[in-house]
Amino acid sequence: MLNVETDVLIIGGGMAAGWAAIAAARNGADVVLVDKGYVGTSGVTATGGPGHWWVPPDPKTRQEAVERRMATAFGLADPDWMARIIATTWDNLPTLAPYYDFPKTDDGKTHYQGLRGPEYMRALRRQALDAGVRIFDQHPALELLLHEDGAVAGAQGVQRRTGAPWRARAGGVIMATGGCAFRSGLLGSHTNTGDGYLMAAEAGAELSGMEFCSAYSVSPIWCSTRTAIFTYARYFDAAGHELDIASFAGAGDFVGDMAKALQAGPVYCLLNEVPDDVRRQFPQVQPATPVPFSRKGVDLYKDKFEVTLFAEGTIRGTGGLRVTGAECQTTVPGLFAAGDAATRELIAGATSGGGSPNSAWALSSGLWSGAGAAALARRAGRRVNEKVRPSGGIALRPSGAAKTVDTRGLAKAVQDETLPFDKLLFRTGNGSAASLARLDSLWRESRAHQQAAGLGAVQARETAAMLATARWTHAATLARPESRGMHRRTDAPESIPTHARRLRIGGLDEIWTAPEIPARAEVFA
Amino acid sequence: MIELVLSSLCTGCGECVSVCPTHVFDTGADGIPVIARQEDCQTCFMCELYCQADALYVGPDHDRAVPVDAGDILSSGLLGQYRRDSGWHEWAAYPEFSSQFWRMSQIMNGGRETAAARKAKPRSS
Repeated sequence: MLNVETDVLIIGGGMAAGWAAIAAARNGADVVLVDKGYVGTSGVTATGGPGHWWVPPDPKTRQEAVERRMATAFGLADPDWMARIIATTWDNLPTLAPYYDFPKTDDGKTHYQGLRGPEYMRALRRQALDAGVRIFDQHPALELLLHEDGAVAGAQGVQRRTGAPWRARAGGVIMATGGCAFRSGLLGSHTNTGDGYLMAAEAGAELSGMEFCSAYSVSPIWCSTRTAIFTYARYFDAAGHELDIASFAGAGDFVGDMAKALQAGPVYCLLNEVPDDVRRQFPQVQPATPVPFSRKGVDLYKDKFEVTLFAEGTIRGTGGLRVTGAECQTTVPGLFAAGDAATRELIAGATSGGGSPNSAWALSSGLWSGAGAAALARRAGRRVNEKVRPSGGIALRPSGAAKTVDTRGLAKAVQDETLPFDKLLFRTGNGSAASLARLDSLWRESRAHQQAAGLGAVQARETAAMLATARWTHAATLARPESRGMHRRTDAPESIPTHARRLRIGGLDEIWTAPEIPARAEVFA
Repeated sequence: MIELVLSSLCTGCGECVSVCPTHVFDTGADGIPVIARQEDCQTCFMCELYCQADALYVGPDHDRAVPVDAGDILSSGLLGQYRRDSGWHEWAAYPEFSSQFWRMSQIMNGGRETAAARKAKPRSS
């Protein structure tokens, strides 16, 4: 593809992008999907095994499920959105059956709610292709195109295998580029650099909840893996003393306990209490997990091995593009957001958007945005004869004289302000202010002088997106002078009732924040 | 990190070049893929899953290259483990490799109960 026109353009190649493509095609749209990697292996679903929030259609059961989740959302979620995703997930996940071999459990029931990642993504790809979706793998997007009235008109980028440019015009565009884990090494997250946040913000989009980005998962220090088996873990310090660390599957503060232990010294894990039947079944439950252990020469169930926490950023956090309507519209006309590219506060509030609610969100927001973008394209047309302008700034169109910028060095500088526990997990106002000042200075330098082209532009824009995400994260931390859910300020450990509102954030050269006025107040104002 | 493309096994199908999510491979002049950008490998093992010839070896260290001997790896029995245990391609015909992913919640619950029982017990050390 060099130049393409379509009704709906989807940027991204994970679970939300797959469902969005299927929904847009089901609604009669001509659909093009572009992904930086490959639809099937890209993103954190492909390497994972998403369980979905799975509640039978009994009104009382569903009501209770919503109430349980509301109780841990710290006042920022919306029960109506929760009810919508429960219903949408229940009704639609089984429609994947022609492409995914939903297994029978020991008691003969079909098991729908949990899917193995590579098979799930393969199924979404096949269903999308059968529905007529045109998939362009290895086609990273660099920037959005805008109409003169400010509506999103398409996108352009680079064909990674040839270095040639591509351009797509569309009636509706869906951002499904995933979250940002700051290249922490988290399994499957190398492509999740926040590209969609940057592109959308350049087009004028707002974000929300960027302070909720301090989720972590435990893994061997040499390789991030899936974590289910770690529910059995015992942890030890270097001297062999067993550590008192809460189970991550329980109510305790696993991440806090583990981070403090890691700050004190190396931590070792022992999985010797995994029962024999689980050991036998495990390779067919999570076939990828034992692989790095056997190659490292570590006996998964006998040997102690050193562990660490891998940052999950906004992937298991909840921040992302602000959603303003039932079809997951962003604040920019013509642009929709799905999956981890969108804020998940509506269903997760201030706690982790990870696990089954997040998967249900990716599926549902994909389906809604796909239908919404298809309807928009039907209503307003593709507008392909209108003049458009590219909206990308940093690393593409410097405001000053072009200079060479060390992209890898810049990425490392961003990581220095996001990956250490005392910068993001145990955060303070003073610490975030200092981080933000350093990141702002990196932004100004890069914005003024960096200019990259071809494949170099892909890396430069990924780094710029991480930089932008890091700045929003620290700015949001400053704008929420309290602790709430995963946002824990050690200098303000209590929750303040007047801050039980979502926090809007936006801007690039100048970042702004504003509390969200609840919709009800707008109506009655 | 990806360490080897075993040219003695590779059929030159190009699948790994297509499916790698981080654009690690280029197609070599002889049609055999070359590891062109090893530092971009995210150690996700996806290339091995898609390689029906089991001609790829990804090492277990995510953040550093650790060169290995091709002969050692060929005789190690490690090649193709992930693809076989996933029941992909020809392994779909073997029921012992069919997915038991639905046991995930049993595993999580079992781990949770084991941890709780451990907490309830007086510490031995």
